[in-house]
Amino acid sequence: MRALNASWWAGTERRSGGHRRALCKGLASVVTGAMLWLVGPVASADLTIDITRGNERATPIAVVPFADQAGGLPEDIAQVVSDDLERSGYFEPLPRSAMFNQPSSSDDVTYGDWRSLDSRYLVVGSTSQEGGQVKVRYELLDVSGESRLLGETVTASSSDLRGAAHYISDQIFEEITGIRGAFSTRIAYVTSQGVGDNTQYGLYVADADGRNSQQVLTSDEPIMSPAWSPDGGKLAYVSFETERPAIYVQNLATGQRAKLTDFEGLNSAPSWSPDGRRLAMALSRDGQPEIYVMDIGSRNLQRVTNSSSIETEPAWSPDGSSLIFTSDRSGGPQIYRQSVNGGNAERLTYTGSYNARGRLSPDGKTLFLIHRGNNGYQVAKQDLDSGRLVEISDAQQAESPSIAPNGTMVIFATQQGSTGVLGAVTADGRAQFRLPAAQGDVREPSWSPFLN
Amino acid sequence: MFLKPYARSLAIAASLAVLAGCSSTGGTQDGSAAGSGSGTMGGSGVGTGTAGSGQVSGYGTDGSGQMSDARIPEVRTIYFNYDSDAIRPEFESVVNAHAQYLSRNPNASVVLQGHTDERGTREYNLALGERRAGSVERYLRLQGVNPSQVEVVSYGEERPAARGSNEDAFAQNRRVVFAY
Repeated sequence: MRALNASWWAGTERRSGGHRRALCKGLASVVTGAMLWLVGPVASADLTIDITRGNERATPIAVVPFADQAGGLPEDIAQVVSDDLERSGYFEPLPRSAMFNQPSSSDDVTYGDWRSLDSRYLVVGSTSQEGGQVKVRYELLDVSGESRLLGETVTASSSDLRGAAHYISDQIFEEITGIRGAFSTRIAYVTSQGVGDNTQYGLYVADADGRNSQQVLTSDEPIMSPAWSPDGGKLAYVSFETERPAIYVQNLATGQRAKLTDFEGLNSAPSWSPDGRRLAMALSRDGQPEIYVMDIGSRNLQRVTNSSSIETEPAWSPDGSSLIFTSDRSGGPQIYRQSVNGGNAERLTYTGSYNARGRLSPDGKTLFLIHRGNNGYQVAKQDLDSGRLVEISDAQQAESPSIAPNGTMVIFATQQGSTGVLGAVTADGRAQFRLPAAQGDVREPSWSPFLN
Repeated sequence: MFLKPYARSLAIAASLAVLAGCSSTGGTQDGSAAGSGSGTMGGSGVGTGTAGSGQVSGYGTDGSGQMSDARIPEVRTIYFNYDSDAIRPEFESVVNAHAQYLSRNPNASVVLQGHTDERGTREYNLALGERRAGSVERYLRLQGVNPSQVEVVSYGEERPAARGSNEDAFAQNRRVVFAY
């Protein structure tokens, strides 16, 4: 196991980059029955990263420390880039200790040095200060072709150097793999601390690497099921703050929120339609939990399923025409697909007796889900054409899979000992890592859409 | 009456009247929050807070002296087998006692809180917890309890009574709590 960000980073980081979003400001909320609050940035729930399974077929790359002509920058940009690329599972960065020399520009590179280290790609760069801004100049080089693939200067405020580094990682990743990078995205997750009746629940958002965490909500009643709006500006979630479950939508920039449903019984599992105008959800207002779709503007509800069993955990197909959901109409939980306009449900999963909480890949061709097999509850994927199901995680009690917007990774909840942590695995299952929190339990990760 | 256990020492209180004809003002209040409420389906406390103030709210009531002929049964939690919503024979007497209490006290009401162990997915477990509490609700109804006295709220695996990923913890967490 290699620890990437072994040190606990406890500083208060502020972001000012234009493409980043300011989160909710301290908006006190009046509620019934339980206390909760919405507050501004805190850095107390950052996650660190341990690689638990590396990818032996990862592409070797060397990310040379950037020459720091700006002087004393608070972030090691090249290290952030290297960590991003390693965490993707697609790359294996060369350790710095193995580098003979540390060029900062393609002009100074002797390609033979890097060939002898088996690096296929090389990233060099430098930083300089200009008018209160930091200029980050980087180049991506093809070692065997001895050619420059990318060269760019990025301007960032000194408080958003991690954002600049994630941007650079996105460019490098896309140049080499042809897949859009998702390093500048964010994750939402739920925390709990304490035991029994003294448990405190929190809803956070953080950068995709677990850093820069910001609190969205805390409560002494459970919080569940965070889901990003397709524009990345809002979260839907379930809160028990009134001592009954209700679905809320909260604007992350302003902290403003609205209660969408508080019907008798379950109000759970909100999922945004791809156009952001509707929410699918599970409600038990008519008896058993059924799938409904709410038009957010009009609050009109349309019932989608109709059975005497449990229907929950809806998710949309990327084209918005159908929903997948978990149903136990066959006896145990299995995943079904049904048109949003009704009609018959088609059963998708047949392998094993427990398949639940499905999510579709961005191209709609692969179903990611929780499957119970010989290894307990694991993240699995099923090719929808062939119907073949394979487990991709190697974790304890995996739950709540959420797919990166570029489809390359799945983040999920798991356990380390008896503590809830987040795990992530590449969509092919080759590389896996963990994002433990410094304290308390973390669960229900939700990967944001692309934010830039 | 039942004092909600997570009304902690810091609690700022709200009051409520659970039983018709029984008004009470419970708990303590501090200057920054207050609450009041009345109803038949549990209490409502209202509080505002800002991060770090350490305020929490809860509520408690003392309904003593107004009950006619019965006290709320002492045992308020029953446990379930794995993947089952069947009321185990050894807990039938507990449910019967609550049925009797509710029948004799038509103004009393109870929230049946359904819980599951941690295995499986959270939202599906939320549905299973509701099914578990629903099975108790149906049993109470068969015993003649007025449905309007009973509400079901499922917490799924979100409020475990015991921590740990072992059979003992799982067994303690598969439960329905009678919350008055």
